[in-house]
Amino acid sequence: MRTGNIVQLGIKELRGLFRDPMMLALIVYAFTVSIYTASKAQPETLNQAAIAIVDEDRSPAAARIITAFSPPYFTVPRLISQSEMMSRMDAGLDTFALNIPPNFQRDLLARRSPAIQLNVDATRMSQAFTGSGYIQSIVGDEVSEFLSRYRSAAPLPIDLALRARFNPELNKSWFGAINNIISSVTMLSIILTGAALIREREHGTIEHLLVMPVTPFEVMASKIWSMGLVVLVAASISLIFVVQGLLAVRIGGSVPLFLFGTALYLFATTSMGIFLATSAGTMPQFGLLMMLVLMPLQMLSGATTPRESMPEIIQNIMLAAPNTHFVILAQAILFRGAGLAVVWPQLAALLVIGGLLFFLSLRSFRRFLQ
Amino acid sequence: MTDAPHAFPSSASAPVIRLEAVGLSYGTTRALDDITLDIPASLMVGLIGPDGVGKSSLLSLVAGARTIQDGHVHVLGGDMTDAAHRRRTCPQIAYMPQGLGKNLYPTLSVFENVDFFGRLFGHDRREREERIQQLLRDTGLAPFADRPAGKLSGGMKQKLGLCCALIHDPDLLILDEPTTGVDPLSRRQFWELIETISKDRPGMSVIVATAYMEEAARFDWLVAMDEGRVLATGTPAELLRQTGTDNLDAAFIALLPEEQRRDHKEVVIPPRRADQGGDVAIEAKDLTVKFGDFTAVDHVTFRIARGEIFGFLGSNGCGKTTTMKVLTGLLPASEGEAQLFGREVDPRDMDVRRRVGYMSQAFSLYSELTVRQNLELHARLFRLAPDTIDGRVLDMVDRFDLSNVIDALPDALPLGVRQRLSLAVAMIHAPDILILDEPTSGVDPVARDGFWQILSDLSRQDNVTIFVSTHFMNEAERCDRISLMHAGKVMISDTPEQIAARRGGGSLEEAFVAYLKDAIAASDTTKASPTPHIATTAAAAKPHGAMHSTLSFFDPRRMFAYTQREALELKRDPIRATLAILGSLILMFVMGYGINMDVENLSFAVMDHDDTTISRDYALQIAGSRYFTELALITDYDDLDRRMRSGELSLAIEIPPGFGRDVARGSNVQIGAWVDGAMPSRAETVRGYVQAMHATWLAQRARQLYGNAATTGDHQIEVRFLYNPDIRSIVAMAPTVIPILLLIIPAILATLSVVREKELGSIINFYVTPVTRLEFLIGKQLPYVALAMLNFFLLTAFAVFAFRVPFTGSFVAFTSAALLYVIITTAMGLVISSFMTSQIAAIFATALLTMIPATQYSGLVDPVSSLQGAGAVIGRIYPTAHFVTITRGTFSKGLDFGDLSGPFLALIVTIPILLALGVALLKKQAN
Repeated sequence: MRTGNIVQLGIKELRGLFRDPMMLALIVYAFTVSIYTASKAQPETLNQAAIAIVDEDRSPAAARIITAFSPPYFTVPRLISQSEMMSRMDAGLDTFALNIPPNFQRDLLARRSPAIQLNVDATRMSQAFTGSGYIQSIVGDEVSEFLSRYRSAAPLPIDLALRARFNPELNKSWFGAINNIISSVTMLSIILTGAALIREREHGTIEHLLVMPVTPFEVMASKIWSMGLVVLVAASISLIFVVQGLLAVRIGGSVPLFLFGTALYLFATTSMGIFLATSAGTMPQFGLLMMLVLMPLQMLSGATTPRESMPEIIQNIMLAAPNTHFVILAQAILFRGAGLAVVWPQLAALLVIGGLLFFLSLRSFRRFLQ
Repeated sequence: MTDAPHAFPSSASAPVIRLEAVGLSYGTTRALDDITLDIPASLMVGLIGPDGVGKSSLLSLVAGARTIQDGHVHVLGGDMTDAAHRRRTCPQIAYMPQGLGKNLYPTLSVFENVDFFGRLFGHDRREREERIQQLLRDTGLAPFADRPAGKLSGGMKQKLGLCCALIHDPDLLILDEPTTGVDPLSRRQFWELIETISKDRPGMSVIVATAYMEEAARFDWLVAMDEGRVLATGTPAELLRQTGTDNLDAAFIALLPEEQRRDHKEVVIPPRRADQGGDVAIEAKDLTVKFGDFTAVDHVTFRIARGEIFGFLGSNGCGKTTTMKVLTGLLPASEGEAQLFGREVDPRDMDVRRRVGYMSQAFSLYSELTVRQNLELHARLFRLAPDTIDGRVLDMVDRFDLSNVIDALPDALPLGVRQRLSLAVAMIHAPDILILDEPTSGVDPVARDGFWQILSDLSRQDNVTIFVSTHFMNEAERCDRISLMHAGKVMISDTPEQIAARRGGGSLEEAFVAYLKDAIAASDTTKASPTPHIATTAAAAKPHGAMHSTLSFFDPRRMFAYTQREALELKRDPIRATLAILGSLILMFVMGYGINMDVENLSFAVMDHDDTTISRDYALQIAGSRYFTELALITDYDDLDRRMRSGELSLAIEIPPGFGRDVARGSNVQIGAWVDGAMPSRAETVRGYVQAMHATWLAQRARQLYGNAATTGDHQIEVRFLYNPDIRSIVAMAPTVIPILLLIIPAILATLSVVREKELGSIINFYVTPVTRLEFLIGKQLPYVALAMLNFFLLTAFAVFAFRVPFTGSFVAFTSAALLYVIITTAMGLVISSFMTSQIAAIFATALLTMIPATQYSGLVDPVSSLQGAGAVIGRIYPTAHFVTITRGTFSKGLDFGDLSGPFLALIVTIPILLALGVALLKKQAN
């Protein structure tokens, strides 16, 4: 092995990349515009939830409830008739429909415990749960306040002081921004190394390399460092200028530590890219294979939905994927301000997985060359 | 120079091609400079000249494959800048671009390739089959009709290219270096074929660019070109007369301007010195290479002394390249031995590699690096001393005359110059052995002579051993010894003179052809006889039966030609189709289970400062629910901080000291709860759960204190979860995975189907055949629409039967929407493809432009109505959002067409917009 060759071949990769303006434009897009829009588009959990109210009582108590719903959590409630209710929900216009029955106020004051009906479109999973909880508590508050003018209640004096740590306002755009950086890092590192390898084979240049005093190890290492570097630089710039700058996300921990973790992660993903390229014969096959591997990895890494909710077996399988560890590491460092003492197991896991993937790819790369 | 550059042969009629002040530039390079020329009709016209003088550019302009920059090109009586004229005349023109089989489809069989071209020109089935049989018979390809084009030898590829070109009876046949890289026997057969065809069709004009002067000598009329200009025109005899020379090689050199001619001298290779003989540099003993059942190299034995120039000759595909690859260590030998300098070839032996220079048949340098960067990179990889690199690079640049292209990219250079660069790279480290695989294919005579002068100097002065394969007989004659190879075997090894003498003392070429014919006759004659049976028939002169249909703007037959070809390619690449189908199912499975909005098994721990029955009861209340899993007690605040930072705990509960006592007394008390906010959606859910459980616990306490009366609230809220009463995540998520998968995979396949043609060169068929842009796009789209629909049915079945998601609405409405949607997604791929030239960028762009909007802006998790900013705008127009609405409506809400008219309308409107965009962005000519 000679470091000189690895450096020279890596520089060759970089030069090649800089000759492809379309690819450069896409990289810039992925790490700036794409992250910015995706983060800005992320609504709060309950943002502008569409609600309609059928008011069959038209009493002051009902009016009180209606006025309690307002942006930003809810849209201004649309007052509709009973007959409209189902067709609007079918068309997906409303997520929630509240039906206040006739004589609601009278029954309330008479302590007959009247029932309000809340219809929820349960196919909108993200809003159905939290939204109905909010609505119940809003209605409850309004009703008890309305009643408090008539009678006094004596609840138990046990408070629950509920606080969210690390992101007190539960600002979703923070999460979205970091998540998008992670997925761009993964996608780009796999595509850059894998597709570059297939291209070398389709153009016959790989064969040429092998009659020179260059080993497969050097060829592979050069691709890994050069393409990894490109992604690392792009991710750092994006983190500092787009995420911290433009999106004003408060980052809890050390950025250098995160970048160190990213470098280890890139070692693993670029090796994976080479492995995929050696398994795929042509570029279309590589494209499909990449999607097939990339999407489950992203979906199940714990970045989109919490790991705890997945079946046990999937959780265990996903421990073998570098993404899982990187997502844990990124969330710990960037949001929870964790230091080396906390994230070292993830760093170690990334190193081990990266080393294994590198070894596997090197083996299949040697076979690929024959 | 001549005084009359436009000397016409006396028999000439009106010119078939008229060029007026034609110019062409690539960036700052001037490829063609003010060319004015009339080319007479009904003749065989040759275009001769060194590499990079603009021959190929000129031919591509005449064929209509390239946009005309300056001047006028009149072909067959019309101006080629006029799109209508191009469309009218392209059925009369046939164009075979440079490069072996560049416009063929390697996975399609011989028959299917020709059939595709026949369809493009609108022939009906019977006519097509008749013509193809005829053409394949005439070219000797008939026995190979079912063989994939990619597996043909170079000569057969060129014959197949010719069949494809002749299928529509062209009036003008344009051939760009059709015999470059083809062995002498096949070359001879190729020209016999062309001569027979032009005899049968006396009206046909043929224009050929060639580097072989002996071929040019047989043409009717020649155009000699240099540096983007015309040097001279006339019959071969006229050119010889003008220059006072006896062969065309010499005549051409005499025509060159003084300064270029000065560099050229006759190559004279001095005999080897007696002291050179000594040791053996390369040795093969019974070398055999097998690929499966096929024996590519069959017990080959030879021995090459140090400093010798050893030539390797043979028909295409006879095993020359394989033998060379074994010697360089690229391929392992199945049997026998290969030795360099007395040492077994070992791919791991870096020292030997440093003593060998190799040049492969195809150009295999980095097209993304400039000439200088390529040279420098190789110098460094071969570990030249850093201070000598600049000097060595300059030396090579001078030697191979690359100084004026030193900062150019190889792709912009003509073939011959690229070959020179390859050789310069192979020699940069001054190797002891040079292994050169057809190094002079496509190189013009002057450059070839210069090249051989270098080889001579290396061998005789520096004692470098040279092992070279070639198709040029005059090069073979210059070797010290040559081997003739056929079908994996060496037929004879000797000095060129001896070989010629053995076959009756004629030329080496005649001896070579005789040996080949013997070998072919000896093997199975019925199977491998490539001798053309040129039966002169009337079929070639048939009237243009299908001309009327080729003029219309939209011909389903042409469209289906592309559809059928694309479908065949898909069929021949089963891995791609399987990945597309199986892959979607795997993804559906993973995502259906993976995207789970039911938050369960959340980890929590308690810091209990009180530790009484009541405080433990409170903790038990949470631990007992299915949502939470309790972990070890938190010992102190440091522990709490560490465990929350590491993400171990999603929730931490702190129960204050004296909690039990305070609850019993009814005094104010506060429980602390910390939720991990790093993942906001999860935190929201946790918050909701904790609040609810706190309330339940309070109610229980109240009941214990005040009795049952306290439990009835002042009002009630009946929550009805519609469409998904069990609130199963899978019911909500599984159907929405279908739109994502039907977007990403078809879009990538459609994008690559076009970009791949661009990258590999077969896009040229679209440029020069009558197929219109709309036919091309829709034709390519259809197989992927079909594949996506198959996918659609599988995915839906999977959702209904495997995931048990109830389907409540109209399946017809759902299927119609899916059809519209996959037409859109494949069309999106085609639109993206028009911006992309490389497959890497195409994959990345498609992934970027489909995955993010589909998963984030299309109402999959967050309803479109809740999105903000640019995301909200994208969500309103992105087709996936509309299809998600239809999917949810038909799956869970029991809806039909009438209820979904809005999203349907949106999908229907999108199709013509995307197709129009695709047509507008697609270019019908190269720039």
